[in-house]
Amino acid sequence: MKPSASAEGEQTAVHFDAVTKRFDDVVALSAVTLGVGRGEFVTLLGPSGCGKTTLLKLAGGFLGPDGGSISIEGKRVNDIPTYQRGIGMMFQNYALFPHMSVAENVAYGLKTRRVPRVERDKRVADALALVKLKGMENRKPRQLSGGQQQRVALARALVINPTVLLLDEPFSALDKSLRTSMQVELREIQRKLGLTTIFVTHDQGEALSMSDRVAVMSEGRIRQLGSPVDVYRSPADPFVASFVGDNNRLRGQLVSVHAKQAIVALGDALVNVPGESLSGLEKSAAVDLYVRPEQFSIVAPEEPCAIKGSVVAQIYQGGHVDLQIECSGGTGDRLLVRSPGEQAVLRWPMGAPVGIAIQADRCSVFPVG
Amino acid sequence: MIPRSTYQRVLGWVGLLTVLVIVAFLVLPAAVVTIAAFNDKPILSFPPQTWSWRWFGRALAYEDFRQGFFNGLIVTAWSSTIALCVGGMFAFAIDRYKFPLKSAIEGILISPLVIPHFTVGLGFLILAAQVGLSRGFAVVVICHVILVLPFVLRSVYVSLRNLDQSYEHAAASLGAGPLRVLTTVTLPLLLPGLVSGWLFAAILSFNEFTASLFVTSQRTQTLPVAMYNYVREFADPSMAALSVMYIVGTAALIAFANAFLGLGKVLNIEQSH
Repeated sequence: MKPSASAEGEQTAVHFDAVTKRFDDVVALSAVTLGVGRGEFVTLLGPSGCGKTTLLKLAGGFLGPDGGSISIEGKRVNDIPTYQRGIGMMFQNYALFPHMSVAENVAYGLKTRRVPRVERDKRVADALALVKLKGMENRKPRQLSGGQQQRVALARALVINPTVLLLDEPFSALDKSLRTSMQVELREIQRKLGLTTIFVTHDQGEALSMSDRVAVMSEGRIRQLGSPVDVYRSPADPFVASFVGDNNRLRGQLVSVHAKQAIVALGDALVNVPGESLSGLEKSAAVDLYVRPEQFSIVAPEEPCAIKGSVVAQIYQGGHVDLQIECSGGTGDRLLVRSPGEQAVLRWPMGAPVGIAIQADRCSVFPVG
Repeated sequence: MIPRSTYQRVLGWVGLLTVLVIVAFLVLPAAVVTIAAFNDKPILSFPPQTWSWRWFGRALAYEDFRQGFFNGLIVTAWSSTIALCVGGMFAFAIDRYKFPLKSAIEGILISPLVIPHFTVGLGFLILAAQVGLSRGFAVVVICHVILVLPFVLRSVYVSLRNLDQSYEHAAASLGAGPLRVLTTVTLPLLLPGLVSGWLFAAILSFNEFTASLFVTSQRTQTLPVAMYNYVREFADPSMAALSVMYIVGTAALIAFANAFLGLGKVLNIEQSH
């Protein structure tokens, strides 16, 4: 089963249909439609205030929609309260009940479901084993580290076999190394259990690394829905291009456009770029090129190149080097160039004049305005 | 260490002196009364020439004081408990729901803060006479409920504001209905706020004098009213002795509350973790 194909028909686990939400006069979501396939991991990615958390809260039933409908496993849940939806949720601050032990926290959802004592104890033990917290049963949440608290929150959400797992920025309180290992672990567990998951984050790296599909949101709309590779390689609009991953924006002028190919003038240089997004545009219209740092390559200034400039900053990253190049021409524009390995540190020292060549066939181009 | 100028040093001493003077004035009345309580002579004089414990015995044995103390306990227990329930429910409604006239209702609930106690007492006296209600405990209790309600309301409201709603959301996501969320999550987490609100109300109610003077009768008079009546007839140090016991008792109660609220603070730190 291909996850991206599973968002259709009866395989849909969660479906938002033209969902609208207003807070007083502010439109938080305007007619958002999104299907999440069974077993799929979908990330809602966007800056704060884009509506991603609102969408998650609607799925959880903590808010009600002003328009449209939400269904879980084919059943309309607009008027079904949270406690009857069968969801599992992990909160940003974990929201572990401070007056209960780890085991009591995990058992809470089983008690509300009147699971008999013996089975309950077994399932709590299994869930704690799954998140590697055996032996912590009697601790109170405040006696645990941030990572352990998160595992308890995960166990508590998983033990009830939820139809859908909702995650509200669960990693934001963890330090970086712990965050990465928790991401891997969560994804492993999610795959193993085949759990439909909706994940909210503002961290594009997290979104790209974990998701089957990413919904990039801004201003209450989904700007693009696609696999991480799609979203990174072929952003649908300038917002997605600049929000997901590092990107350089270059202003140019359209010279000519044929079906799939276009020629754009960047100063004196002409570059061939993909033309799909430019059809119907008049010649000499202003266009923006979005070029990833790794789609640039640095060459000696006398070699043929699109842009000339000089090195103003070197950021050594171990596996690669990020160079900031100030373009000549006095505009002060800076470009970020990523060079694999570490030779660039010595080869292009600070202040060195360089030329930049563009692998323009993979960049994104959008009309200005 | 940063060298300090003479000016700064003088300022420091002046500040310290001011604080000491203020603190001295705060404890001065209590100190004077405490010393006067041990006077052997049957008059309230200061400083005493000879010393004795006997007024403590007299205060404890005096029937009106005993009666007033137990009356006070009854009134306090009922009024602060009722105020906690009523105030708690109002605080909940104000915190969680939007409804018409919300701010008006909030204002009315807080209004006993600005209405003088004798006005409340007098009003109740007139009202009770009008409807033919005898001046029993019910009138005293209702009167006290109204007077302490604003404090309970504030206390519970602040605790509710500080309660992170994600706990309740988490419980709901785990299948708990509204009542179950309330009893297993909301109330246990609010407990420190509820207890401190109750205790605050209890202390206020037990010490309340002005309104009680109007609404109590000989049979229902509370301790402050009994003390007032005593002072009108006698001038011996048993009043002072009673005051000392009052202070010690209230201080013990507050110390207990502080220990409990200290625990509450620990819980709060954990919640905001």
